[in-house]
Amino acid sequence: MNEIRTAKVSRLNAHSPVEHRFGEYGGQFVPETLMPALAELETAWCAARDDSAFQAELNTLLCDYAGRPTPLYLAERLSERVGYPVYLKREDLLHTGAHKINNALGQALLAKRIGKTRIIAETGAGQHGVATATVCARLDLECDVFMGEEDMRRQAPNVSRMRLLGARVIPVTAGSKTLKEAVSAAIRNWVETVENTHYIIGSVVGPAPFPSMVRDLQRVIGDEARSQLCDMAGRLPARVIACVGAGSNAIGSFKSFEEDESVELIGVEAGGHGVSTGAHGATLTAGSTGILHGSRTSVLQSEEGQIVEAHSISAGLDYPGVGPEHSYLRDIGRVRYVSATDQEALAAFQELSKLEGIIPALESSHAIAWLLRNPGEDLDLVTLSGRGDKDLAEVLRLTGLDKIESTS
Amino acid sequence: MSVSETATGVERIAAAFRGHGRRAALMPYLMGGFPDVQTAVRIADAYADGGADLIEFGLPFSDPLADGPVIHGAAVDALAAGVSVHDVLTSVAPVAARVPVLLMTYFNLIESQGVERFVGRARELGVCGLIVPDIPLEESAPLLAACDGNGLALIPLVAPTTTDERMAAICAQARGFIYTVSVTGTTGERMVTAEGLAELVGRVRAHTDLPVAVGFGISGPEHASRVAEVADGAIVGTRLVREAGERAKAGEDPAPAVEAVVRELAAALE
Repeated sequence: MNEIRTAKVSRLNAHSPVEHRFGEYGGQFVPETLMPALAELETAWCAARDDSAFQAELNTLLCDYAGRPTPLYLAERLSERVGYPVYLKREDLLHTGAHKINNALGQALLAKRIGKTRIIAETGAGQHGVATATVCARLDLECDVFMGEEDMRRQAPNVSRMRLLGARVIPVTAGSKTLKEAVSAAIRNWVETVENTHYIIGSVVGPAPFPSMVRDLQRVIGDEARSQLCDMAGRLPARVIACVGAGSNAIGSFKSFEEDESVELIGVEAGGHGVSTGAHGATLTAGSTGILHGSRTSVLQSEEGQIVEAHSISAGLDYPGVGPEHSYLRDIGRVRYVSATDQEALAAFQELSKLEGIIPALESSHAIAWLLRNPGEDLDLVTLSGRGDKDLAEVLRLTGLDKIESTS
Repeated sequence: MSVSETATGVERIAAAFRGHGRRAALMPYLMGGFPDVQTAVRIADAYADGGADLIEFGLPFSDPLADGPVIHGAAVDALAAGVSVHDVLTSVAPVAARVPVLLMTYFNLIESQGVERFVGRARELGVCGLIVPDIPLEESAPLLAACDGNGLALIPLVAPTTTDERMAAICAQARGFIYTVSVTGTTGERMVTAEGLAELVGRVRAHTDLPVAVGFGISGPEHASRVAEVADGAIVGTRLVREAGERAKAGEDPAPAVEAVVRELAAALE
């Protein structure tokens, strides 16, 4: 155990400088009011990364509180089904049910370090909101979570959880009432309250230094998985597969394998009703370069540059932007981005539940769905970013299983 | 307006700040295309009739990060009604012929058309300058170059949180005037203390000889008068957009109502 902890500490220390640009993507497209706070955040983050006390505190919380390291699991029945070994990285087993807590813990500790007393966050599926509310309870920070009204309906149990944890959940009624508007509302609130407030953005989006900071906090997923796989299978995977909404679990999974040329990296976006229908969240597959929420990246937009609504069955993938580093990784051809539809995700949700006794989040179900449709030849690693408890009501409603239950 | 027809945008802005004959210039804001394209143009005319020295003309964007609920709502309503950026841009021309116009928009609407192309089009329409609140100094170089090449002013914003070091760098690249955001926040109506305002404007003036205009939070004549004590210009947006929206919703013509508000504000700057 001690050995694992030491290894993780040294990894956090070894990161590259905080990138502001990934090729033409990234940047800081925000109101001037926020610029000093972003500079302060970057300075504090760089200092914290090099501070062994900060690393030790984060590492203890990640291990003893959040449940790291998460298991790497050889999914035998799923492997039988596709005909070769498939390993699942079990982020779904973390405290609060998803990878989001890796980032929330790191940023909340950083906020305390720079003297902020209040935390704000946006949430789509509610997983990041719950993780942030949880961490704020643990670290005694005031917490306001912005959430679209439509998502509050779709993810009601998570709203209750956040309230129970002592956070205020602030409904966002603008536009589509989903994740995009929640991020905008959080940024606007941050502009007003920046003097005492830190914004824990939930993914690798936003202005620098957020995309690289959140990536560095999430790469523990890939770092662990790589080392576990070497121990268990004695070799690297042929492919690493992860779902991509805004892209934090994917970048956290991919980064550790980026230099391994033999490993194919595959990001699975939300195909919604089908990419050709226009109702989807496949930003990298079907979007174009634009500016959203503080960075230049691939976005879904009209010809005139208005950001358009995304659609996905999973609230966490229902976002018309994506982390700028993903846009870059797509352009240089290092990661292949594909998509799975709502229906495929729904089927995979049920399939994995029955095959492995693991109920995946609808977000993660997209990665499983793509794997089932596109089996490889040898040893795949799939990141299971979260668990599906939060999605039960919605899935039962959509599949009609709720009616079967009530009549039997 | 005693400026020759060949004056550049930068020159027209300078002339407007010199020639208003009051303690400070008045720059009301309107959302183009709201409540509809033609009414917005009449609102702009009403602003001019009421005594506007310059007009800040907003282009509706789907995700306006620097705007509070009133102006955000106006953008959402305009877009929901099917207004296009093209139509709103075209409607600027008659206004810009009458009063110096600053186009206020977010960078994605500019970049998606191509920076050079957008700025060139703005110049053809008679626009004097651009206010782009999501372009801080670090991201401004390509847009600044295009504006300079077309004689347009790229107006920088400074905020209460801006450090002196940043203030110096921002002012060194400023054209037209300095848009001083009077509150740590988004656009909206709220009071700031006189001391805080004087201190902020003083910090800006330490780094520039350009006019200093104050916006984001001016709610009425009393507040505008206070701004005139320390600054060269007062920018009023939310108060007017709210008025226009309420009148339009009630089925009334917003033009006379907003003209009355602008007249009051102008009188307060005497």
